[in-house]
Amino acid sequence: MPATTLADLFTWGSEGWSKALLLGLAVTLACASIGYALGIVFGFCVALAKLGRSAILRALASVYTTLLRGVPPLLVIFLLFFGTNGALMWIARGFGYTGYIEVDAFTVGVLAVCLVTAAYSSEVFRSAYEAVPKGQFEAFAALGLRPVPGLWTVVLPQMLRLAFPGLGNVWIMAIKETTLLSVISLAELMRVVGLAGRTTGQPFVFYGVAALLYFLLVGASSRLLRTLEARMRWA
Amino acid sequence: MDLESALHVFTELASALWMTLALAAATLPLGFVMAGLATWARRSRHALVRRPADFYVLAFRSTPLLVQIFILYYGLSQFSWLRDSYAWFVLRDPFACAVIAMSLCTGAYTAEVMRGGLAAVPSGVVEAARALGFSPMKTFFLVTAPIAVRRALPTYGNEAVVTLKATSLACTITVMELTGVAKDLMGQSFAVIEIFCMVASIYLAINMILMIGFKRFELFLTPQYERTERKMSL
Repeated sequence: MPATTLADLFTWGSEGWSKALLLGLAVTLACASIGYALGIVFGFCVALAKLGRSAILRALASVYTTLLRGVPPLLVIFLLFFGTNGALMWIARGFGYTGYIEVDAFTVGVLAVCLVTAAYSSEVFRSAYEAVPKGQFEAFAALGLRPVPGLWTVVLPQMLRLAFPGLGNVWIMAIKETTLLSVISLAELMRVVGLAGRTTGQPFVFYGVAALLYFLLVGASSRLLRTLEARMRWA
Repeated sequence: MDLESALHVFTELASALWMTLALAAATLPLGFVMAGLATWARRSRHALVRRPADFYVLAFRSTPLLVQIFILYYGLSQFSWLRDSYAWFVLRDPFACAVIAMSLCTGAYTAEVMRGGLAAVPSGVVEAARALGFSPMKTFFLVTAPIAVRRALPTYGNEAVVTLKATSLACTITVMELTGVAKDLMGQSFAVIEIFCMVASIYLAINMILMIGFKRFELFLTPQYERTERKMSL
């Protein structure tokens, strides 16, 4: 084991690991936030399909959420990792392109976070919609608003406020899910920490640092969410 | 996929299924015990007992499970005194490490479920029992616990499903359970979608059995006069 002190391990520069750790953290945050943002939008669409009138869309949406919520996220990641190249090449062949297409780990990671987030957030949106009191629907109809502007101006704001805590939980889940992306060699925090542990022979120190960083990230997120939630209540 | 490779996939998945079930079967009771201890400690009068238990629940709920597994399996190997001790017989075994880490994690979440169940017990019932001269011990086991268990059971069922899904992380430390075997099979063949569908349906089937089991148990625990149409439907 190299006789280095803790301070040497975390210097800023080529022989220390601080820079690499921060880069890993940045990749983690980027992957989680892009995947989460896309996932919420997609999840909202899935929720619309669930609440809509079309039976086919309703069935598709419910199959989607049951599948994505019932299967380990790691399995979804493996499906995307091994499956997207083939699927894209199959589609491209339909357009007459026969070359090789490769999707990088970051895209797969964002896609994985997006799909899982969409499944969970669609349930959050759906139950928030159902929790809006029936009187509100009757009220906008009585005021002469058509369904679309009524839902948009009366129901949606109340629904978003009800969905907020659930969406916060999904965000924390998205952060935790990014750790799984280290298995498809995306250079996020877990991957960097594993590499650092193997190189320096001090895996406990580095995994400990990762645990601390995730702890702070989740702690800061939930504190921020609680503050926003309290502010919304009085708005 | 031809018949031969389908048979190969089936035999591989069948043995992996047992590993997944073994992980879940070892983790759930251990996690339940951890949660019970943590809940007992968190309700203690002494801050010295309460604080560490609170910290345990907070720490394990706010760090990803993968980090916990890696600290236990890869991280602890850094210490040579630990490698020389008897504990190493357990800690060098990936299956044992996975079970310990997952039990600690699910224990923290389950402790939160138990707290919710206990908080849902009406205080009047407890006071009534005390007024009738029940000892605190008797009050807890005959009055508080039965109500709390019934209240917490649906949430605990969800936690059991989460634990089942969490067993997939064991494949990152070389325990070959369903997801790990699926990964190898997907890497070998081009039948990625087919293998995913098979493994996914296995997971969904186990989930469904767990959910129905918990629903049945909940119904069994609900006294006759509290049973409603909705609960009877399953």
